[in-house]
Amino acid sequence: MIWYLLKRLGLSVLIVLLAVAALFIMLHSIPGDPVSIALGPRATPEVQAAYAEKMHLDKPLVFQFLIFMGNVFRGDLGTDVFSGNSVSAMLIDQLPYTIMLAVAALGWAVAVGIPLGCLSAIWPNSWIDRVTGILSVGTIAVPSFLMSIWAILVFAIMLRWLPVIGAGDAGDPLDQLRHLILPAFAVGLGWVGYLARMVRASMLEVMGENYIRSARAFGLTPRTVVFRYALPVAILPTITLIGVGFGGLLSGTVFAEIIFSRPGVGRIIYDMVQARNFPVVQGAVLVTIVLYVIVTLIADLIVSWLDPRVRDSL
Amino acid sequence: MSETRSDIPADKAMTERAYSVRLEKLGLFLRNPMGMFGLILVVMFFASAIFAPFFATHDPLAMDIPARMSGPSAEHWLGTDQLGRDTYSRVLYGGRVALKVAAIGVSVALITGLILGMIAGFGPRWLDNFLLLVFDTIRSFPTIVLALAAVALLGPSLELVLAIVIVTTIPSYGRLARTSTLALKNTEFILAERSLGASTPRILFVHIMPNVIGPLLILAAMEVPVVVTVEAGLSFLGLGVQPPTASWGTVLNEGYLIIRDTPWMVIAGGIPLVLTTLGFTFLGEALRDVFDPKLRRGR
Repeated sequence: MIWYLLKRLGLSVLIVLLAVAALFIMLHSIPGDPVSIALGPRATPEVQAAYAEKMHLDKPLVFQFLIFMGNVFRGDLGTDVFSGNSVSAMLIDQLPYTIMLAVAALGWAVAVGIPLGCLSAIWPNSWIDRVTGILSVGTIAVPSFLMSIWAILVFAIMLRWLPVIGAGDAGDPLDQLRHLILPAFAVGLGWVGYLARMVRASMLEVMGENYIRSARAFGLTPRTVVFRYALPVAILPTITLIGVGFGGLLSGTVFAEIIFSRPGVGRIIYDMVQARNFPVVQGAVLVTIVLYVIVTLIADLIVSWLDPRVRDSL
Repeated sequence: MSETRSDIPADKAMTERAYSVRLEKLGLFLRNPMGMFGLILVVMFFASAIFAPFFATHDPLAMDIPARMSGPSAEHWLGTDQLGRDTYSRVLYGGRVALKVAAIGVSVALITGLILGMIAGFGPRWLDNFLLLVFDTIRSFPTIVLALAAVALLGPSLELVLAIVIVTTIPSYGRLARTSTLALKNTEFILAERSLGASTPRILFVHIMPNVIGPLLILAAMEVPVVVTVEAGLSFLGLGVQPPTASWGTVLNEGYLIIRDTPWMVIAGGIPLVLTTLGFTFLGEALRDVFDPKLRRGR
């Protein structure tokens, strides 16, 4: 187990390093000189030289990369070109909004999708199975950004039930919750269908296994068989799917943050791309990737903890 | 060798059997109602995009200011936008952008992924590990975040959307091709071919590729909606196709800006996206069930 943990951890660190290197190369292949991009065309040569020295832009690229990595590991993601604020502080302010939205979206999808999948697997071809099937295909087919727009159209403009703009009053949890409902609904809806289908398929497969037949033959109640014996095994591929799909979920939250004008890391990236504020973009993308790698890592660790067979495969 | 393959009686019987298996599979596919429904939607997607000028009632760029932001009417079937352009015609022409991105993006990603995957599966262990690491790294970028970063550097364009789509989808083809190649690597017919002195490229392209490509084509059918959605999403954010060119994404974006005045544009811009997704998903699933039931487990 410890060996597996170390290997998996090493792989995650390697992926983050590679991603950071790729990002660094991309940012440094921008046509034009980074100094004049940062300071604008009217900066005097003295100011430019001072800036280049301060940001180590006069050093070789490899050296710059090492400095950048060193700063990243000390939690310093650089400073905002325009306001001079620390990028790390900016992102720490924004991150809770993104995490809250992602957790809320995934949370309601898990709470609804997994039971639906179980029910359709217990009674295949029943009406509940058919309704779930149609519903899940229907929800998967609507991309989350389209779902966000349509949710605004129906629930905010036609029915006027919920607010559309922003994340609500910072001191008022109830108001924040009201602002969270629509984006979380839109981002999570596709996942309800995904999870229901996934759980149904793996549940059906597990229900055909010998040990389930034995459990039944011992006279255990169907409820015990399904929830104590089948579900813990059937849930494994779903946990992996959630880990792998978390990147997609983050894409969904980026769209939701833009469409609903919510604060968050995705919105920061979008705004700063428009403003060509590269240090902030760089820091925010880095944070997103680390977030994604951590979630995949956790998902993999949970799976390997639940299923000893996986440990040997890496 | 003077005689061709079909002259050998045993081989001829095999060819006939293979033919009848194919016929049977075709029958299986034709009897699958969801698959047929998907096929119809996919044909509609292709036909409406290719023959857009033929079906369109207006020039997608022609403005009819007095009728701006109107709902559906006999003149404008799906209403008009804030400049009075006909939404129905714009959606039809937007399908051309979607088709272009899907056709080029999926085929380039498929071919690149296939080759890289076969090399990873057949080549030395270090190369395999390296390629897997690259695939995993690419997958660790959430698509939209990668796209935002790329657009920040290079400016929005359709070519960039294509490049992003290709780079982010190569790993799924690569991984699939790698797994199938690994399974074939030590089979007898490959070993036999090797002992006959066949070169690695010959083994890869003549013997392994035909056995690997089937599942990849099914995956490609299922990736089309992903690609189309990425294009629409980026264009919606103003990072893809630039106005005044019509794309489903730009129609949605223009509709979103006037959502309080008229709901028709965000409905009209969104429905083709949903239908395309449904079509390719159903088609892909039907093909998979017929040709490769094993794949069903993995999804």
